[in-house]
Amino acid sequence: MEEHMNLLTTVLERYGGDPEALVEILRDLSQENGYVSQDLLVAVADRLRLPRSHVHSVASFYSMISVEPRGRHTVQMCQDAPCHVAGGREVWQALEEALGIHFGETTPDGEWTLQITSCLGLCSVGPVITIDGEVYGNMTPTKVQELLGHYRGGCCGGNQGGAA
Amino acid sequence: MAYRANILISSAAPGAQEVEQALLDKIYEHHLDNEVQVMQAATLGPQLQGVELVIYPEGTHYVHLTPEDARVIVEEHLLKGRPVERLMFKGIEVEPLEAPASKEIRVVLRNVGKIDPGNIDDYIAVDGYAALGKVLTEMTPEQVLEELKRSGLRGRGGAGFPTHLKWTFARNAPGDAKFVICNGDEGDPGAFMNRRVLEGDPHAVIEGMAIAAYVIGARQGYFYVRAEYPIAISTLRIAIQQARDYGLLGENILGTDFSFDLEVRMGAGAFVCGEETALMQSIEGARGMPTTRPPFPATKGLWAKPSNINNVETYANVPQIILNGGGWFASMGTEKSKGTKTFAIAGKVKRTGLIEVPLGVTIREIVYDVGGGILNDKKFKAVQTGGPMGGCIPEKYLDLPVDYENLAKVGSIMGSGGFVVMDEDTCMVDIARFFMEFTQDESCGKCVPCRVGTRRMLEILTDICEGRGQPGDIERLEAMAKYIARASLCGLGQGAPNPVLSTIEHFRDEYEAHIYEKRCPAKVCKPLIEYVIDPETCIGCTRCARNCPVNAIAGKPKQTHVIDPSVCVRCGICKQVCPVNAISIESKGKLPEA
Repeated sequence: MEEHMNLLTTVLERYGGDPEALVEILRDLSQENGYVSQDLLVAVADRLRLPRSHVHSVASFYSMISVEPRGRHTVQMCQDAPCHVAGGREVWQALEEALGIHFGETTPDGEWTLQITSCLGLCSVGPVITIDGEVYGNMTPTKVQELLGHYRGGCCGGNQGGAA
Repeated sequence: MAYRANILISSAAPGAQEVEQALLDKIYEHHLDNEVQVMQAATLGPQLQGVELVIYPEGTHYVHLTPEDARVIVEEHLLKGRPVERLMFKGIEVEPLEAPASKEIRVVLRNVGKIDPGNIDDYIAVDGYAALGKVLTEMTPEQVLEELKRSGLRGRGGAGFPTHLKWTFARNAPGDAKFVICNGDEGDPGAFMNRRVLEGDPHAVIEGMAIAAYVIGARQGYFYVRAEYPIAISTLRIAIQQARDYGLLGENILGTDFSFDLEVRMGAGAFVCGEETALMQSIEGARGMPTTRPPFPATKGLWAKPSNINNVETYANVPQIILNGGGWFASMGTEKSKGTKTFAIAGKVKRTGLIEVPLGVTIREIVYDVGGGILNDKKFKAVQTGGPMGGCIPEKYLDLPVDYENLAKVGSIMGSGGFVVMDEDTCMVDIARFFMEFTQDESCGKCVPCRVGTRRMLEILTDICEGRGQPGDIERLEAMAKYIARASLCGLGQGAPNPVLSTIEHFRDEYEAHIYEKRCPAKVCKPLIEYVIDPETCIGCTRCARNCPVNAIAGKPKQTHVIDPSVCVRCGICKQVCPVNAISIESKGKLPEA
């Protein structure tokens, strides 16, 4: 809890405690904490002197702000037309099958969250997925298997080259 | 310090970091760091070819690079002076950076991939900020507007509203504080032209905004960029700081009494925020929901102050128009659509990527001359322009000159310039369903016709794709489309039915095949297709049966295999693994039950 509040203080300072930066503040909290808990939402409202209803309405509106806990790894897939016509459907199915969950869900062991992302503008190398923010293009069902294997095997980032 | 060689690397490409690291390591290893300079240039050339780099002064262009390739390039090209033939770009007959494909003219993209976006001096060296200087010292706001009017520049965000009029409204609106906003919330799937400009030439946009601010009388500007573009955002922030350091932003710019500064605001993943009123709500820290117009932003925009909002590409055109004159700009394009337009070609073409062509080139020229034709030489079926609010244009319009009016005439829109090419293997009903899923998902929920109507339409389309279509469905879709378009507040709802309407108009036979014959002519819709093994071709290798995830394939080794359609989940793995291409997809359809 205290850790959360320290994070909140850091993020608020980043934006000078400006209530107009609410969208950015919530997005940063979501990214850095994994999600914005109910406690955090209330704390944001109090610190920015905004109605709790307003903070909640903004948090629940934007897809990059999560109010639900997420898995250790987040896989996002672009589901837009260029990726779709380039074989995205098969990649989509491969991801759901490999992780045993549907899009929008988190695995029961808390390891994986599968999400849809809007277009990342990398349409020339579609289908595109991201794992923990790292982008992978030209995906195929076979590559999905390999990639997930990387993440399952090592501690993190498949191609980050010994960043640990 | 002069460098012997300058390397531009496409730092935005997936995997670029590793390649760049390998490159740098090797350069240091051979003590070349005083001779060779490596610069990050987001993306290079007209298409993304994996990780790319260009070595100047020769201009050698390497593509699809791995870290190992980078090491080879340092040792061979830089150290021994032997260009590595096998890694070089061999796409088009012309050098993509020096001379773009023959139909291309670069105005907005002229600096992208050629200058270091992280260095303002590079931009100044190519006449950067000269237009701003000219405007501030030699031109009145009226003269700028006159030049813009002569150029015929229209908004590049989609609607194509004349830019000089928009600026005039904001200029004439009474108000003590005014704002200039750049819409960088490029959310249309398949459209990434703004990302390229922001990552490759951010100062051109900043300069365009500063000129707009001078004309309308604003002191403060906002860049609204979607958070999906982290590189664009960091490039932009660096560019803004450099412009401040040079006195090109801030108080008393270039010694005049004009002051202007910029702030970057990020989105958080909401497509509707590309709509101007929703975008301003988002900047103010609220839910990005559109508001009623009028009042238009020009009179009552951000924080209820007069605001001018334009797209990235619109602003990027402005400095060029000031420097070269409105007449120069108007000499390109068609009667009502002047200048050039960037398009993002995606889908089933040989060369995907960004292009910039004068308005008025035909769809055929874009698909075949610039895009290199359809992938695997299949048949062209349609092109989807203008993003999820656009329409699908069929083959018979291949020779249609592309401009705002013509696209509208055939049921589509210019939009921000998405250009998704579809071949004969694309099911148009599936595509319509797909776009409806997108709008349904992105509808902000404020207007009932959009929120509920798109859902109803999606349900009907899903039924059709899954073999539950009913006679009358097409007419129901058409009727609902009309109501949704008419009764929604913003462009999202108004345009949401377009993909459905245009596919019904141009591909009605496909809808009918799905509904009446339960058949998918393109063999895409899973419930309507079957995988079939050709007994003549099958060699009984058992590979399909072993790979089938649901054990739907029976057969002994060396004997013909058979797929049980009631068990088959149509995953297509068997077709992929068959060594003799014995498996095909069929959609024979069923006669209506009596």
